[in-house]
Amino acid sequence: MDTLNDIIKRAEALAFDLQFSAAKKWKQDGEHRVLVGYLPIYVPREIIHAVNGLPVGIMGAGDRKQIIRGDAYYQSYICHLPRGIIEMALDSNLDGFDGFLFPAICDCVRNLSGMFKLSQKGHFQRYFDYPQNFDPSIGGAFYMQEMEKILEDIYAINHQPLLTERLNASIRLYNTNRRLIENIYNIRQHYPWRLSALETYYLLRAGITIPVEEHNAMLQEVTDIISEERGEAMDNIRVVITGSFCEQPPAGLIKSIEMAGCYIVDDDFMLGSRWIQGDIRDDSDEPLKALMEAYIHQSTFSSAYYDVGNPKGKRLIDLVYKRNADGVIFSAASFCDPALLDRPLMQKECEEAGIPHINFQYHENTGQFKVIKEQAGTFSDSIKLWA
Amino acid sequence: MAEPKDAIKEKSMNLQKEMLAKQFHDLSKATENGRKVVYTFVPGNLTELILSFDMLPVYPEINALQSGMRKKSGDYIKDAEKMGYSEDVCTYVKCDIGMMLNGNIGPTGEKLPPPDLLLLSYTGCFTFLKWFENLERLYPGVPVAMLHTPYQEDGKITKDQVDYMVKQLKEEVIPKMEKVAGRKFDEERLSAMMLNSARAEDLLVKVLESAKNVPSPIDAYFAGVYYIGPIFTAFRGTAEAVDYYSELWKEVQERMQLGLGPVTPEGEMKEQKFRLVVEGPPNWTNFREFWKIFYDMGAVIVASSYTKVGGVYDLGFRHDPAEPLESLARYCMGCYTNMNLPQRVGLLEKYVKEYKADGFLINSIKSCNSFSAGQLMIMREIEQRTGAPVGFIESDLVDPRYFSYANIKNRLESYFQMLEQRKIIISQEGLSV
Repeated sequence: MDTLNDIIKRAEALAFDLQFSAAKKWKQDGEHRVLVGYLPIYVPREIIHAVNGLPVGIMGAGDRKQIIRGDAYYQSYICHLPRGIIEMALDSNLDGFDGFLFPAICDCVRNLSGMFKLSQKGHFQRYFDYPQNFDPSIGGAFYMQEMEKILEDIYAINHQPLLTERLNASIRLYNTNRRLIENIYNIRQHYPWRLSALETYYLLRAGITIPVEEHNAMLQEVTDIISEERGEAMDNIRVVITGSFCEQPPAGLIKSIEMAGCYIVDDDFMLGSRWIQGDIRDDSDEPLKALMEAYIHQSTFSSAYYDVGNPKGKRLIDLVYKRNADGVIFSAASFCDPALLDRPLMQKECEEAGIPHINFQYHENTGQFKVIKEQAGTFSDSIKLWA
Repeated sequence: MAEPKDAIKEKSMNLQKEMLAKQFHDLSKATENGRKVVYTFVPGNLTELILSFDMLPVYPEINALQSGMRKKSGDYIKDAEKMGYSEDVCTYVKCDIGMMLNGNIGPTGEKLPPPDLLLLSYTGCFTFLKWFENLERLYPGVPVAMLHTPYQEDGKITKDQVDYMVKQLKEEVIPKMEKVAGRKFDEERLSAMMLNSARAEDLLVKVLESAKNVPSPIDAYFAGVYYIGPIFTAFRGTAEAVDYYSELWKEVQERMQLGLGPVTPEGEMKEQKFRLVVEGPPNWTNFREFWKIFYDMGAVIVASSYTKVGGVYDLGFRHDPAEPLESLARYCMGCYTNMNLPQRVGLLEKYVKEYKADGFLINSIKSCNSFSAGQLMIMREIEQRTGAPVGFIESDLVDPRYFSYANIKNRLESYFQMLEQRKIIISQEGLSV
């Protein structure tokens, strides 16, 4: 068995390999394999897996790539994520990808799908429209059509039909994946010192660049290790981070928050991997319908998701209680309309529930964390002293 | 800066002013008169459907732009920022929330009624969704009807998409309207209104396409925003809208016959040195100053994308009385910001060519990612496809902090000098533009 350090080291390398070498190697190692890149937040990866595809999360260039040409495509008041992705598309990073999916989370990502269309990058470039109607016979039917379009795109490349058994098998694998991830979060809820938030982040981010089978093995190994006591508990407060679901915070920011005295016991960094809450039925004669029903009934809360009738502020409070957290950190990418327009409402919910909170903004390539560290440190101290 | 003189207006502008004054007066008396009020958005609006229930529509983005033109938006935005709204987010939303915090006084100085229904026609702008989630909290208990308009991902409107929207109309939107209005849906009445819609749409297209003439009798951006006012808002489907567009078309025809240019706030534009196509919304806080930079330099806008946010009628769409709900669905999906980027580029390319434009200019709006994200690529594509010189300026919708007069004027002056030079070179070389 590898040591935890070995696993985390490998996960970090995978997570920030902007050449996606492991995914490209996977494609080379077999016939009729396709690589499908997807942007935050969520796509039903099961359908891609079931037709011999590898869904690969493209979370941006972060602070790992110099943006030279990408800036020429975006005005200063647009978030950083798309300029990094354009930079990767203009370089060789995304060569070898067969198609790209752009989930319906904001106008920037939507229009980025059009920029990929104009550039004719990959065989297909598809905006994946989430229904905002949650009646299975209306929005659900629309969602099924959206999934079928992806399958048609892939079929046109590798001619692999969708078979019920194969999709059920894929659903099973991703159910395992989500269960393992959730279990790690559950262990961390009680023993956050056993695996840091940054290590957890590496593990999850690595998972979107490799086959799910491989990721499940990695998660299982980590689970086995952190099920035993390790590390040393610190006198830290426990926080939930929200608002970072799309453009990812730099690793240094996550580390700074923890170093400032805040155990991050839940977050929305890699929300797509945790989008569906609980298992999806894996023995159905209509597995696409099972995926649809899971989307309609089991989605987590997010700023990209219409929430009238199921307010996300209330769901955030529930999460804080579930994780026994002391406070909330609203951490949003600059110019992120969805997160920033939600923030005042969610802050109000926190205030009404008596939950302390702070907020700040970042870019994926933010390089200075001193102010954030001081802010998080003061937040931690104030809770420890006065709460 | 000296106060501008009273603007010179076309007859149709005065007619429009009267229509709007009546609309806002009706709104101020809505509660008193037992009229139900529906807040909704301009792109993908369901005006005929709302009017068929005898309800009154309110368009928050129109209130915001009116607040911008009346120099009130700056304070409203600051009030919303004090509540925690980031400086980074859409200023229409902040202006609307600020206006509400300050008593919800409309552009005519009369108080706007609170909504009885929030109709979220989610078309072409993700922020609409967030906006109404915020309004839902600010008006607790008011029902929200969501109409999700699928994006034209593949550059076309499919039957499945139409069916999806019709189903939402039948099972989500109309039942909620029936409940609020206290009456049943009357499809015949809706169809009858659509006849008026189609008539007004025909006339609007004639007006906008008159700019293909040289000289152009209209400015299709600065004056264009007035021309689209009635049809993009509370009047589509009414006889008043048909009257307004008949009068407007008559005026435009007269100007064409006399070889006259557009009417600017300072009178008829005499010299048209540059014909431009403009992409992006205008700035509202300094609208008149902004327009003046153009007409002072002899630049007339012959086509614009902003005048298509409430419907791209020049591509042939008309509301169809024979299929009223399907027609509403197609209308929503056809709006400019619901078109994918290749479609937008294709439309703008067509405008540059068909309207014989000398240049293509983008006014990039800080607040509006639906327009702004991707504009720099659009600009390159248009330059490559048409050879037209391109220009790029930045401002905001209603945040006065983001309108820098000197910067914009300098950029435009340089751009027009470049266009002028190009014309000289082309004429010297005997090339066609």
